[in-house]
Amino acid sequence: MSEPITFMMGKFEARFPTDRLYAKNHMWAQADGASYRCGFSAYAVRLLQDVYFLDWTIDAGTDLREKQEIGSIESSKAESALYAPIAGRLLEFNESLLSDPSTINVDNYGRGWLFSIEGAGSELLSPDAYLIHLKAAWKVAERTIKGQLNE
Amino acid sequence: MARKITVVISQGQSANPDKRGLEEALVGALLMEQGVEVTVIPHLYDLAPGSTGMLCLEGIASDMIMVSWLYPRAAHWTLDRGGIKGHFGKTLLVSEADDEEEDEEAQAAASEGAAADEEAGAEEETAAADRVGPRNLPNRRIYHLHLALHNQPEPYLEEIRRIIAEANVQTVGLMDWIQGDAKPEQLGRFLQPAPGNVDGNGAGNGAAEHATGGNGAPENDTAGNGSLPITSAPASNGNAAPLQTPQGATRVDETPSRRWYPVIDFSRCTNCMECIDFCLFGVYGVDGAETILVEQPDNCRKGCPACSRVCPENAIIFPQHKTPAIAGSPEANAGGLKIDLSQLFGAPSAVELAAQERDVELVATGRDAVGMTVGIPKRQADKEQAPKDDLDNLMDELDDLDL
Repeated sequence: MSEPITFMMGKFEARFPTDRLYAKNHMWAQADGASYRCGFSAYAVRLLQDVYFLDWTIDAGTDLREKQEIGSIESSKAESALYAPIAGRLLEFNESLLSDPSTINVDNYGRGWLFSIEGAGSELLSPDAYLIHLKAAWKVAERTIKGQLNE
Repeated sequence: MARKITVVISQGQSANPDKRGLEEALVGALLMEQGVEVTVIPHLYDLAPGSTGMLCLEGIASDMIMVSWLYPRAAHWTLDRGGIKGHFGKTLLVSEADDEEEDEEAQAAASEGAAADEEAGAEEETAAADRVGPRNLPNRRIYHLHLALHNQPEPYLEEIRRIIAEANVQTVGLMDWIQGDAKPEQLGRFLQPAPGNVDGNGAGNGAAEHATGGNGAPENDTAGNGSLPITSAPASNGNAAPLQTPQGATRVDETPSRRWYPVIDFSRCTNCMECIDFCLFGVYGVDGAETILVEQPDNCRKGCPACSRVCPENAIIFPQHKTPAIAGSPEANAGGLKIDLSQLFGAPSAVELAAQERDVELVATGRDAVGMTVGIPKRQADKEQAPKDDLDNLMDELDDLDL
């Protein structure tokens, strides 16, 4: 496997393995036959920091539109709804995360995977294309974070 | 002798250290209180029938204070469906935001004391004859404290102490009440409020009575527990002073999987059957007395709150839904002070929204969407004023036939 590519979030170096694709909502997607296994990119985990709570509002087996709301997450830094990275059928959730979501922080590219989706994945970005997306996304994120801190 | 009261801490699903810290701070502080048994269970809503947590709750016969991350209505009716019944105890705990404006009111209510509260409770439980209402309630109270109201343990401890005082005052009144029509088990419970009697942890450890002070020997609860994973942890500050009862909290160690199902508030439900007509997943059923009940909770489609939108009395609660009104918030319109204009700007009505949500779930399970064609309530309340026509008379005759 080639070296991961990196992106500087301030002083933090986020690393992105090149053996997989990325979705614009900062999830990775690794092809596994006709399906993709998905998880949070290092960028998402850095923004969230310690994950306390993860919940899914749909059952496995559900057909999803891209960006359909599928669950929610609470961390030390944020609360957010979660959305489908690609259109397709949700096959399986990583059940072990429900009782111990901290695996997302420990191993976000491995044991901290979130779910697998069967779908074409035509919306997914190559690592290089994701990096370009990140540069724009990071500016918005910085504004969001600072805006909320100034409140 | 003071009656024992059991405080049950229902842990949240989140591993947020602030939330866990609040739960544990309460457990630690309550172990130092006289006359309090402490039980720690996983998230109440997730407990399945027959689970260790439910069995443990079934064994609590005393007054109970349920401290959970659920709205009081949601927690109360979740327990009721699980067969853990009791009168809804009125708490004076309000959110920090509401604190100022309700402070005077709360103080006034507190000073009126238990007698007034008794009346209020009775009124609430018998007020509307058209409601299903609570049934077969044992003579005990269940109070609910919502952990989302305050992030410090003190307000909860204060309220728990107030409830304990109130419960002890009530003992006199309740004795009077049961003299009229006392069942043997009621008499037993009230005449012998011994720890083993009041708080037998039905899980089989009734014989293991708690030390009641005096002998100072640390007792633990594990004697009769059999194989159930209920443990009794020592008090967190181990150097308990001699006067304090050395005891631990009863902890139910199980990790239930997440559940999603409706909870019916029978103090609001009128048994109109609109939910059973609307839901196409077989969640609802009726009991022997033709009263609606959530018969197959696990048939419910995760995340779908559609039936609660259809309910004309807002009696159906989904405790985990993010809309407070659906999750059982006490406010009738939990949206706050501002008027919601979204209806004017084209938002679907509650019934339309419900039909859309139901369609999503039907399609997800490989069935056809039915839109507004099936089980949509026909709200004809305003038609009842018209004089009866022939068809109405025919229907009345049919109704009168005792089939």
